[in-house]
Amino acid sequence: MARYFTEEHEWIDLEGDTATVGITDYAQEQLGDIVFVELPEIGMVIDKGKDAAVVESVKAASDVYAPISGEVMEANPALEDDPALVNTAPEEDGWFFKMTVSDKSQLEGLMDAKAYKSFCNEL
Amino acid sequence: MSDDTETPGNTETLPLDSWHRRKGARMVLFAGYEMPIQFEGIVVEHNWVREQAGLFDVSHMGQVMVSGDKAAEELEKLLPGAIASLKPGRTRYSLLMAEDGGILDDLMVTNATPWIEGDEEEGTEGRWGEPAYYLVVNGATKWDDIAHLREHLDDDVTLTHMDDRALLALQGPNAATALNRVMRNVIDDMVFMDSVRYDFGEWPLRITRSGYTGEDGFEISVPEEFAESLADRLCAEIEVRPVGLGARDSLRLEAGLPLYGHDITTETDPVSADLGFALTKRRREEGGWMGHEAVARVLADGPQQKRVGLAIDGRMPAREGALVYSGDKQVGRVTSGGFSPTLERPIAMAYIDTGFTDEGTELEVEVRKKRLPAKVAALPFVPHRYHRGK
Repeated sequence: MARYFTEEHEWIDLEGDTATVGITDYAQEQLGDIVFVELPEIGMVIDKGKDAAVVESVKAASDVYAPISGEVMEANPALEDDPALVNTAPEEDGWFFKMTVSDKSQLEGLMDAKAYKSFCNEL
Repeated sequence: MSDDTETPGNTETLPLDSWHRRKGARMVLFAGYEMPIQFEGIVVEHNWVREQAGLFDVSHMGQVMVSGDKAAEELEKLLPGAIASLKPGRTRYSLLMAEDGGILDDLMVTNATPWIEGDEEEGTEGRWGEPAYYLVVNGATKWDDIAHLREHLDDDVTLTHMDDRALLALQGPNAATALNRVMRNVIDDMVFMDSVRYDFGEWPLRITRSGYTGEDGFEISVPEEFAESLADRLCAEIEVRPVGLGARDSLRLEAGLPLYGHDITTETDPVSADLGFALTKRRREEGGWMGHEAVARVLADGPQQKRVGLAIDGRMPAREGALVYSGDKQVGRVTSGGFSPTLERPIAMAYIDTGFTDEGTELEVEVRKKRLPAKVAALPFVPHRYHRGK
């Protein structure tokens, strides 16, 4: 399984033709206490760079953009009862949604863990 | 990800800037200054203030002294509150009014007239010195406020911008316990809205039992060169931790206290803002203050809208600007809103058309094209716990 990272602080796990998407530890740290996550509806087709989810912290709402294009297959039901999972386990149990991958070439140019780490260090 | 928080640029710093950074604060731009938005996290800090005591740096706020024999009557030309009857050592919430009835700022006024001790050898008795009023105004509006005061106050009145002072707020149910350990017997007799001048060693302080969280607490004005030492002394108490502006906002929202520039503006009047308590009865009837004519009209006709609380179902917060509906009819707009850590639900303040403002009225708030059920709720959302004495 390969994990990719975007400059918008999302991670993507690719398994076959399915991608699991979440936000990174760096992102949750910046957002602070997360009180609500609005996830996309199952079956929704999302385009790379367009709104896919909204994260509400105590202080503000922040958009999460689709890192790649595809169709939403599953939204993490655990976030409904416990949105703080995004704070406590952002890169594991706090995943946002699973989607199909319409165009694998969109993954080219994304960062791996090492590249993302040095990207964050420069922020 | 996108984040609408402003990031620090070339801005001014406040006396406790490096102290905050040492304490691990995340700094943001606020009212032209770099200010700490949070230390450990907004929810933890919020709950700490509700249970223990938090130390806030509010040095961005404007501290102004207005003095002179005619200070009270001159201030009464600009504020709708009774200033002349405010006793020395007492504080009152008031408003700086525009001619058209809009609100230029909200502020705290303290009668800071000094008591001059008598001298037995010289045979003089104690007496009150020159009348002086200490104002604390909002940071974002202080320059306009000072210009407005200078323009309209009589030349016989002296206005001093105390810009060499920091302002710390110690807030929470254990604030008095902690402060009493640092400075013994200073605050024993103080109740909510009492204010004293106190020399703590060589530090000339002004301590006022007031705040912006709904909890018991104190606001302490201190010369900037002593601000760090005072902050360290207070934070050395086990009840006290530094708290950022993020929790300050969630605490004041729960306490139903309006935020200038959001819940009250030059476009809102005190009646619609439900701040009628700031219009003393005598002054409401007699007038003689800027904006009285316009406000009297609203009082006579009744306001078209009123500021109320909204308790929102579910977990999705409604933020400033969200529209409020009764069925298909738009009946108002949210002026500030967020998630209440204490109640663990979204709450908001909104201006709602008269006729839909009764407590319990069922409305809907629109957030990202979704309609969230909401009920008009009494303010404050979380009861005030001010120390009003026996």
